[in-house]
Amino acid sequence: MAEAWDTHIWPMTWMVIKIFAIVIPILISVAYLTYVERKVIGAIHLRKGPNVVGPFGLFQPLADGLKLFLKETIVPSGANRGVFIFAPCITFILALVAWAVIPFDQGLVLADINVGILYLFAISSLGVYGILMAGWASNSRYAFLGAIRSAAQMVSYEVSMGFIIITVLLCVGSLNLSDIVNAQKHLWFVIPLFPMAVIFFISTLAETNRHPFDLPEAEAELVAGYNVEYSAMTFGLFFLGEYANMILMAAMTSILFLGGWLPPIDMVPFSLIPGPIWFASKIAFCLFIFLWVRATFPRYRYDQLMRLGWKVFLPISLTAVAIVSGVLVGFDLTPIQNR
Amino acid sequence: MIDALIFYMFACTCVASAVLVITVRNPVHSVLFLILAFFNAAGLFVLLGAEFLAMILVVVYVGAVAVLFMFVVMMLDINFVQLRQGFLEYLPIGGLVGLILLVELITVLGSWVVKPISGTNDTLHTMGSISNTHALGHLIYTHYVYLFQASGIILLVAMIGAIVLTHRNREGVKRQTINDQLRRNPSNSVELRKVEPGKGI
Repeated sequence: MAEAWDTHIWPMTWMVIKIFAIVIPILISVAYLTYVERKVIGAIHLRKGPNVVGPFGLFQPLADGLKLFLKETIVPSGANRGVFIFAPCITFILALVAWAVIPFDQGLVLADINVGILYLFAISSLGVYGILMAGWASNSRYAFLGAIRSAAQMVSYEVSMGFIIITVLLCVGSLNLSDIVNAQKHLWFVIPLFPMAVIFFISTLAETNRHPFDLPEAEAELVAGYNVEYSAMTFGLFFLGEYANMILMAAMTSILFLGGWLPPIDMVPFSLIPGPIWFASKIAFCLFIFLWVRATFPRYRYDQLMRLGWKVFLPISLTAVAIVSGVLVGFDLTPIQNR
Repeated sequence: MIDALIFYMFACTCVASAVLVITVRNPVHSVLFLILAFFNAAGLFVLLGAEFLAMILVVVYVGAVAVLFMFVVMMLDINFVQLRQGFLEYLPIGGLVGLILLVELITVLGSWVVKPISGTNDTLHTMGSISNTHALGHLIYTHYVYLFQASGIILLVAMIGAIVLTHRNREGVKRQTINDQLRRNPSNSVELRKVEPGKGI
């Protein structure tokens, strides 16, 4: 019995504890991201934002959550019931499972797998299914149009994202996320690969269906797009999934380009601050840009969105792969020498 | 033991969802089960130690190919009553095709020899410290570089073929030329005219 405890039960329990240690902070930050979003946009609009529930309106996200939780879940009569219920669950699950490979500090990662960045890419490419299934199962025209738009959009921007990830990988020589961060010890990749970082960030906006690319839920034309028919907690799961995806994409940007948990300069005042705090502040910075963009830019038109993805970003990122690999080989900077 | 359990979980789900792909009535459900089957195949790859292949399977098949399937299938307007009508008519031909496939499968599987000890799947673990991705890269870009390039060219030809087959010049479409729009300025798009009363331009 004691042996089974040591070999099977305790490692499993420990793993579950670690998973909760990651998931609960994420859910809290998702809740407060909605609060920060309203505050930031309020400030940009010269309004106050939420300020009634609790001090500075700090309990607003909890009140919203409670409201969504207590409402009635309505399944439309023409809906495909199983798929209808499953779609928000899959969105939410996919937004959370990706965090398994995110390194918060040196060695502080749930699963340090060799193909970490590919895992992240795979999971983020699955995000489209939640939306597609929701749009189809709702049996509603608005929802369906939103889903179709979303599928085309996410597939288009994934391609250029993939090429940009390849440029980063060329400079690292490994697909492991910890290795990617450690390769930026002396120079964050945002400096040598600055144009790529910008394009990557814009692609993440499209990938998370955020402004100015939020055509799947354009409220002016499609009411609310793929989630028109959803109510209560099923809508809540979509909402949580979308914001968790935003945080995930911000984390991906900071790992690939902003040096993850590393301080900007490895000197005393900076290196005293622990790594996870650096990481969190970089994520917060990226998220702030997400919100800033939302308050500043008008929505793209659909054909212009496609043009940007296929005719602008794809050629640029494809050329960047050629240029970066050419420079690395030409100046003998390749991270992996011939063995 | 846990390895075996996980293997049987993945394998059973994979086979079951593959069966459901062809038995389920609703085509969208069938695509969803196809995705589940891909997923479990990826899980089996991970158990074999082929993590790169597993991730590429998910990225390419689930993330791109199946999305296109979904895209097409969702837009189909299917009448289930009509679908069932011709069932008996096509039964002989369908049965014949099934029979031929079955015979082929039996001849292929019958010539298989099972390795005496196949319990340990350590073939991929023996490469030592080289990671999966590096090993694949070494093989593809050194030993098999010509084959790799040839398959790339085949894909390129297929892609160009698809574009040529579907592309057609439509008349009367108003295309937006971004450069023309940016080049516009008041001097070449606005004209001031003196309009006399009661005459018009």
